[in-house]
Amino acid sequence: MSLDILQMVLVTVLTAATPLILAAIGELVVERSGVLNLGVEGMMVLGAAAGFAVATETGSTLLGALGGAGSGLLLAALFGLLTVGLAANQVAAGLALTILGLGLSGLVGAGYVGMKRDPAPHLHLPGLTDLPGIGHLLFGHDAFVYAALLLVAGTWWFLWRSRAGLSLRAIGDDHTATHALGLKVRRIRFLAVLFGGACAGLAGAYLSLAYTPFWAPAMTAGRGWIALALVVFASWQPLRVAAGALLFGGATVLQLHAQAAGLGLPGQLLSAMPYLATILALVLLSLGRRRGGSPAPAALGRVFAPSR
Amino acid sequence: MRLDLLPRARRSPWLDLLSPALAFAAAVLIGGLAVAAFGVPPGQAFLAYFVAPLSEAWSLQEVALKAAPLALIATGLAFCYRANLWNIGAEGQVVIGGLAGGWVAIAAHGSEGATVWILPAMLLAGTTAGLAYAMIPALLRVKLGVSEILTSLMLVYVAQLLLDYMVRGPLRDPQGYNFPQSVGFDEAARLPALMTGESLHAGAPIALLAVLLATLVLARTLFGFEVRAVGASPRAARFAGFSDARLTLAVFAISGGAAGLAGICEVAGRIGQLQPEISPGYGFTAIIVAFLGRLSPPGILLAALVIAVTTIGGEGAQIDLKLPLDLTRAFQGLLLCLVLGADVLTRYHIRIVPGGAGGGALP
Repeated sequence: MSLDILQMVLVTVLTAATPLILAAIGELVVERSGVLNLGVEGMMVLGAAAGFAVATETGSTLLGALGGAGSGLLLAALFGLLTVGLAANQVAAGLALTILGLGLSGLVGAGYVGMKRDPAPHLHLPGLTDLPGIGHLLFGHDAFVYAALLLVAGTWWFLWRSRAGLSLRAIGDDHTATHALGLKVRRIRFLAVLFGGACAGLAGAYLSLAYTPFWAPAMTAGRGWIALALVVFASWQPLRVAAGALLFGGATVLQLHAQAAGLGLPGQLLSAMPYLATILALVLLSLGRRRGGSPAPAALGRVFAPSR
Repeated sequence: MRLDLLPRARRSPWLDLLSPALAFAAAVLIGGLAVAAFGVPPGQAFLAYFVAPLSEAWSLQEVALKAAPLALIATGLAFCYRANLWNIGAEGQVVIGGLAGGWVAIAAHGSEGATVWILPAMLLAGTTAGLAYAMIPALLRVKLGVSEILTSLMLVYVAQLLLDYMVRGPLRDPQGYNFPQSVGFDEAARLPALMTGESLHAGAPIALLAVLLATLVLARTLFGFEVRAVGASPRAARFAGFSDARLTLAVFAISGGAAGLAGICEVAGRIGQLQPEISPGYGFTAIIVAFLGRLSPPGILLAALVIAVTTIGGEGAQIDLKLPLDLTRAFQGLLLCLVLGADVLTRYHIRIVPGGAGGGALP
């Protein structure tokens, strides 16, 4: 019995962590290539709106997810054009993307406020899913959760076991030297930015298609920013991103339970917990890293404009 | 095809003016297409967004009321952004400034002696509180190397929740039928109207004064030179002996103080009490304003007016033309994107190399 309760808690933690994993893994690849895209929140919220709109119009959750990822990718393409193509300031362009994404999501989602859809279907393997204690945790999720976990593994493999991943990391550490070596710095960065946008869009689509499942304006509620913090928190390592996201997912679930249990704490304090926890995590991390260099990609956020 | 960027040896003052104008024209053009997609004639929408707000006395006042906090906050942010420091939590500093200043007014509510000193005390409390709140990300950056971008943004959510708690809890009006709002401020605790019976209050001249002061500080003082030098060349500035830590604290203090002042001006001017929401995102819009104004105070004043006109125009267009409010926000985001893109004209010669597939190729 208690095993089942534990399983239920773990399942909710995993679902709360999934959007963070998706968005943060995408941003991790972008930052590993040396580009800082602060527009995650904007791409995510547009993905939520577009994903819900496409899914409602076509009746297909899969097409909705693809629509969400595609909308994030399009917005990221604009960012890539500005920062990688035209050497614009990355911080400012990322903020612009957030504002643009919030506005566009309002336009896209205007006709869908208050609508409900069935949540994305959950896997059900007869026998396996019904296993007591672990069945639902291992075999009972929707496709987004499995996609997120596959993405973590795939990204880890790509960054540390493939030649292209090595190039990407090298470019993120020194764009001048890698450019001189003949690596296509701007092309690879642009592709990384597109990948990050698609991941953020998919994370948004997960929120509106599986997690809630409905569309509400600004429903991402700062998750894009928490994903950005997770990348720092995880020292730009994919597996640590997953671990950090689970930690934050756990904190979110804990906060919801505390609110329901009525501990006598003001609800606003509990709602502020994820944000305070993010700050605390960043502080603890830097305290633990007083000695030694920063693990951040060395060229992160720096403008690159090759003259030849 | 390949896009090459060759750095310009010198910046041309003409291009400095031309590039934001070009970006604005492009944004208006794209906005026109978007409006047409909503079935509204672009000409009619243009009149609603850009001309109608300037055509009547009351709407001109509304423009000034919106532009004042934007200009004030963005002027403070310009110091940060020029020094390559990224305070993006001005919205939180606005909220904390309004909350602290409003608290003073509520504490003095109904007491006899509270007349002359109450308003200065509120403005001081608001400014100081905004400044102190901005010190959190600044100190974390200076002492521990924590990214100021993320901490300042996270503190926005915390500030909004704190205001929400205070207005529903300790600061709620006991005779307010349980509405989440404080008592209305005394007359002495309100910013005076510039003309009797009109809505425009003393917040606008305060913002103007701040813009003027910032122009002088940036152009004429050693501190202003330091800010510009660090932004233009951090390495050279370090050789010149300018301290990173001191400058970080200073520019965060300026931007936080300006945001806090804008917050209390909004509370003591237009609103006249504390509510769960006291700013319609001024702190975020001010980021657009700062870049649109090219981080120079006079440019920021102009940009604040442009953004205020489109915001007021957007409200009018929602009523008259049934155009969604989010269109305004998307337009403002797009405008900032285009301004940043057009900025490349001022810094680089652009050369398009057809057919070339060199190292700098875009896909």
